[in-house]
Amino acid sequence: MEALLAIAIGVLVAAAVYLMLARNVLRFLFGLVLISNAANLTIFVSGGLVEGAPPLIPEGAYAPAGEVANALPQALVLTAIVIGFGLFAFALVLTLRAYSALGTLFSDDMRVAEPRGDNDV
Amino acid sequence: MSDGPRGNGWVGILPILLSAAIFAGFLGALPRVSDGEPLRLAVDWVPSLGVTLSFLLDGLSLTFALLISGIGTLVFLYSNSYLAGHPQFARFVLFLFSFMLAMLGLVLSDNLIGVFVFWELTTITSYLLIGFGHETKKGRRSALQALLVTGAGGLAMLAGFILLGNAAGSFELSEILTDPEALKAHEHYTAILVLVLLGAFTKSAQVPFHFWLPNAMAAPTPVSAFLHSATMVKGGVYLLARLHPGMSGTDGWIWSLTIAGALTAVLASVLALRQTDLKQALAYTTLMALGTLTLLLGQSSAYAMTAFATFLVVHSLYKASLFLMVGCIDHETGTREAGILGGLARAMPVTAVAAALAGLSMAGLPPFIGYIGKELIYAGAIVAESSPVFVTAAALAANALMVAVAGVVALGPFWRKPGGKLPKTPHEAPWPMLAGPLLLALGGLAFGTFPWLIEESMIAPLVGGLLGDPDQTKHLHLWAGVNLPLFLSLATFALGFLLYALHRSLRAALARADAATPTLDDWWDRFLDGLKALAAWQTALLQSGVLRRYMAVMFLVVLVGLVATMVARGVRVPMPDLSDVTWMNVALVMLMIVGAVLATLTTSRITAMASLGVVGIGVAMIFIVFSAPDVAITQLMVETLIVVLVAVALLRLPKLDRASEDWRPLDALLAVGVGGAVSAVIFAVIATPVDRRLTDFFEVASYPEAHGRNIVNVILVDFRALDTFGEISVVIIAALSAYALLRARPSKGGDR
Repeated sequence: MEALLAIAIGVLVAAAVYLMLARNVLRFLFGLVLISNAANLTIFVSGGLVEGAPPLIPEGAYAPAGEVANALPQALVLTAIVIGFGLFAFALVLTLRAYSALGTLFSDDMRVAEPRGDNDV
Repeated sequence: MSDGPRGNGWVGILPILLSAAIFAGFLGALPRVSDGEPLRLAVDWVPSLGVTLSFLLDGLSLTFALLISGIGTLVFLYSNSYLAGHPQFARFVLFLFSFMLAMLGLVLSDNLIGVFVFWELTTITSYLLIGFGHETKKGRRSALQALLVTGAGGLAMLAGFILLGNAAGSFELSEILTDPEALKAHEHYTAILVLVLLGAFTKSAQVPFHFWLPNAMAAPTPVSAFLHSATMVKGGVYLLARLHPGMSGTDGWIWSLTIAGALTAVLASVLALRQTDLKQALAYTTLMALGTLTLLLGQSSAYAMTAFATFLVVHSLYKASLFLMVGCIDHETGTREAGILGGLARAMPVTAVAAALAGLSMAGLPPFIGYIGKELIYAGAIVAESSPVFVTAAALAANALMVAVAGVVALGPFWRKPGGKLPKTPHEAPWPMLAGPLLLALGGLAFGTFPWLIEESMIAPLVGGLLGDPDQTKHLHLWAGVNLPLFLSLATFALGFLLYALHRSLRAALARADAATPTLDDWWDRFLDGLKALAAWQTALLQSGVLRRYMAVMFLVVLVGLVATMVARGVRVPMPDLSDVTWMNVALVMLMIVGAVLATLTTSRITAMASLGVVGIGVAMIFIVFSAPDVAITQLMVETLIVVLVAVALLRLPKLDRASEDWRPLDALLAVGVGGAVSAVIFAVIATPVDRRLTDFFEVASYPEAHGRNIVNVILVDFRALDTFGEISVVIIAALSAYALLRARPSKGGDR
């Protein structure tokens, strides 16, 4: 199953990269969502997959009974999901703001910080 | 400025007293060191890296320290009058004193890293001193050139030092040099040699790195006298001498030092004769001396080593004296042109005497120490390991030219008829400016007449350090009997006098030849311009201001980085094992893949949102199936929030227009490449066993230590609570920034 998910992650990454190279910033944002998901899945899969045994300690015991899922990647992914959401929300607002200020969603035309000809020798 | 010996108050007096005290301190250590008892002082600096601030006072470092602090004292005395009333005098003294301390640190340091640090400090302070006249373009260019050339050499030297330290197992010079045979047999010996020589040759201005030194004469004359004759440029020679016991004797050492030294010595003395500016002529004779010292260090015989030690002292004495003397002439007459100057002996008698004494030592006439130095150089040359004929011929040519240049510089301005009208009416320089040149020149006479003054105390300990046995030191004689060096000396004088007689007619021919030969100095500006153009070009290429290009560069780096790492590590990507896949799994994965592909291809915003939602839900379901309920809940909440936010935002944004959705084959290729590389990495990762050490710890410690039964939660709120705190901070900062952006008054669209 890990192998199948590895293929799925590859597809997600490829789609995300293609979207993030688009001219329209909105598509860039879609790519951002996809690549966050792909990254989270990568961490999750790399820790090994276990079906039907969440990392819980039963009542009265001091350690999990038998083999349970790897808790460490789960904790990492939890953090990553929240941070990824923060990044996405900020990028979305930035896009809104850029559109209202510049009147375009095309990143090629957003040249306030680095105007054309600025880097010419 | 020139009307009196009045100095600059305590700013001028203090450094004189301090450096005199340092000189006295080293002089006090002389008897002990001459008895073969080196002093060592060590303070731990970075003990974990084996870096110690350790200092060693042996024959070699003491000789250098005495030259540095002694000449330094006289130079400070001199500067106090030379630059009397200069508005930047305090700055000048600060730079010069810092330089002197750095130079002392360099020659005293016993740790390779310490040597490097002090080496760079001398580079930086010399940059400040050469650029003291920073309002002129020439001053700035010369300073930068010296900084870049010696700085680049310094970096090469650092690389060599690190290899050397690893090869010898210690960064302490005194330990490294104890086992020369192992060092010479080490596989990195050649690399160490090349890198260290790059450092030494750039610092000591050996061919082909010699071009920066004459330019450095843009500095005020006391600086030239101190840095570019007696001290800094000898830093490279010092390093070669310091490493001589451990690294010399191999073919690489012998030949690279012999050839570079001989070329430098001969080329420099020819160019010296061509100069009409007295200071430039002296600059080139400094190169000649550095070349000769390098040439001698290429050998290992007792004669060559004694010659090295003696000539080191000889040169420092006469060269500092002559530089200061030229400064006096410049100061009192307003010119340094050999063609104009003449007849100064009447107006400046003391300067004339000092110049004559120093000039005779430079020409190597008896009874000056210069004569002994020259005899020893010949004695060393005729037993050279490399090629006695070659070395002797080079030494003969260089020394004969020195005789001629000594005549031009030290005698011409005082005794021959003036060639033109002087800018100022000459009169004698004030005594603080005469003390230096006179004392140093008298030193040359005293040490020549009574060689025992320095033989036992300075020369023998230095040679002993180089050869391991002070008793092998050859004696310093004025009369060593009728032998080959004597005849070579006579030939030198004859040739030298002939060259002096002809030097005016030779000069024009030399100037033509000089102009026709390319040096690295001609290419220097083009090199710098090229470097700047390269930087501008790659900046324009990589930082084009186009977001898509930035992204493309990043993804390309990710792709290349992943593939290169896997290839370099020899990672084999195993065939994916799909045997355990169930239909439900396939359905889940297909859901995600279809969602991702649809999100990429659609031109409808609603479809894109829905497809992203499908992918997000698919990921959440995977978390559920594979035992991560907490993660799944978070994922579902975040997915919902994203859909809500995007829906709100889309109300205020335009539709995705079809015209912008052109097919981008190159982007698609890059995308497939990155996706494939990520998949390949995961295939390789899942083929290796999972390291569960941390997980095991958390499973065992979760309840007993943190009283939590949900291990994931315990990790987040207890074991890694600080990480979670950081995560919350990130979300809060993002929220605050988003709020600020939304609240800000929109500016008019598209304006700057």
